Amino acid sequence: MRKMLRWVAARKLTITFFLLGLVILLFIFVPLLKMVFSSDPGILWDTLGEGEVRSAIWLTLYAALIATVVGLLLGVPLAYFLARHRFRGKRFVETLIDIPIVVPHSAAGIALLFVFGQNFFVGKAFNSVGIDFVSAVPGIVIAMLFVSVPFLINSAKNGFEKVDVRLEKVARTLGASPWQAFFRVSLPLAWRSIFSGSVMMWARGISEFGAVLILAYHPMVAPVMVYERFEEYGLDYARPVAVILILVCIVLFIALRSLAYRGEKA
Amino acid sequence: MIEIKNLTVDLGTFSLQDINLKIEPGEYFIVLGPTGSGKTILLESIAGLYPIKSGEIWLNGTEVTKVEPEKRGIGFVYQDYALFPHLSVKGNILFGLKQMKRPKGELQSTVDWIAGLLGVSHLLERKPETLSGGERQKVALARALSISPQVLLLDEPLSALDPQAREDVQHELREIHRRLETTIIHVTHDFEEAIALGDRIAVLGEGHILQIGTPEQIFRQPSSEFVARFAMARNIFSGEVHDAEEGDSILSIGDLELAVVTELRGKLHASLRPEDILISKEAVISSARNSLRGTITRIDNRGSTLYLTVSTPLDFVCLVTRRSFEELGLKAGEEVYITFKASAIHVF
Repeated sequence: MRKMLRWVAARKLTITFFLLGLVILLFIFVPLLKMVFSSDPGILWDTLGEGEVRSAIWLTLYAALIATVVGLLLGVPLAYFLARHRFRGKRFVETLIDIPIVVPHSAAGIALLFVFGQNFFVGKAFNSVGIDFVSAVPGIVIAMLFVSVPFLINSAKNGFEKVDVRLEKVARTLGASPWQAFFRVSLPLAWRSIFSGSVMMWARGISEFGAVLILAYHPMVAPVMVYERFEEYGLDYARPVAVILILVCIVLFIALRSLAYRGEKA
Repeated sequence: MIEIKNLTVDLGTFSLQDINLKIEPGEYFIVLGPTGSGKTILLESIAGLYPIKSGEIWLNGTEVTKVEPEKRGIGFVYQDYALFPHLSVKGNILFGLKQMKRPKGELQSTVDWIAGLLGVSHLLERKPETLSGGERQKVALARALSISPQVLLLDEPLSALDPQAREDVQHELREIHRRLETTIIHVTHDFEEAIALGDRIAVLGEGHILQIGTPEQIFRQPSSEFVARFAMARNIFSGEVHDAEEGDSILSIGDLELAVVTELRGKLHASLRPEDILISKEAVISSARNSLRGTITRIDNRGSTLYLTVSTPLDFVCLVTRRSFEELGLKAGEEVYITFKASAIHVF
């Protein structure tokens, strides 16, 4: 008994922190598990059989993927630039990048609507080449892009910052142009961070509700569908869709994370 | 041949100014300077990796000041190797060769040859992180040499290595230089390394080249207090030189008068190397020598050698081997005689 007390006394901090940590872990896990395990598999299966549900999930995954690809094309160069240059106002730019994370996403949706709607020149310009954003897939994509691209940019920037500049310099002395040095040295070395940033971005895009709701209620993505069914028919009707969405997200996220982790060990 | 004319580089807190160097083909040239003197930046400027403020860089008769680094054909080796961590040893050595778009068979034979030259053939499939410091540095050398550079720039190539690997790589450097006759510019803060490897040495300090000369000249005839200190002369005095009888010269440092050999007169500096001082328990009688009586005030044990500070009352740092230290039975606080030739004192 005394031995045990001494054991506890020596580990007061560890035990306290463990217990506090446990509370928050349970807070995350219990609602998810409860929802998944209290659903009737039969109803889940039936719900999955609905064409409407399947196409909503498919649309969500694929719009978020397009957003991530656009994020890669435009965000990675910015991340590299920020990792390699010091300039006045850099802090400001970095803060700007994080703003989509902190503004309410419904407000972000309104802001996007102003720029990409028919009344502003950007929206008009896209309209003239046949791309509309309001109530259309491109609208879903930009809503997802806006709210999720900070994750990719920040992760890629951290990745590039970890690549020693002298590796690029050595590459230059070995005959590589700045482009070749980037593609043969910096990009492969930062790739893991870029990849895990992309996974985060994709996942964040899939889960986006507020901004998508404002720009494109239809075609309907899965989070909007959960909301719609809850509003119109109640909890029981919304739950199966919610469960399926959560399961899809968890499976994808775990799979991609483990892929990123495997890259880390290799 | 490489020539640097009036190079000025801004380093933020200070700058390198009016650097003029002319390095002969096949020369092993050392730039010696303390940490933070801008040695790495000097090399990066030569390689085109750091923007210069003014000046010109000429390689074998062609001005390359504005040429991009990838077109200069200058090999570069950093202190901590800067190997590409995502590539194998072979991948690292191939990096520059692939850039040159050589036929496949030629690539393989070049890699084999260069790996053999540096004794890293058995490491080709390994990743850099699995190599020891010495092995990494040899791979970094192999990679730099793979492109047959016109000049090889070495940034403190031995500083990150433990003593044994340092000797090994130092030997390798001398071998490469002998066999390939590559022009090498090697920067270091280590005086012994400079003496061991350099055909000529330039001492860099306070943003300027302070002295250029053979190791012997830097060692024996430092031109300034900075160089003397850097060359570990240990005993640096300022005093006044005037005529003595019979055409000799006398250096007065306060009350102390030392016989010196010099044509110079006036207020000057003088350096005396600790290994040029003989220490004894009895006075040594000789007209050509300076002999002083003093007390040992400090003993700095370096293993096989010891530095003794002898207060006469002017302090002289003397070097003795462990053997003579023990034979003489020297101790702190003991009275001894120190003796040195007039010609051992370098006046500047």
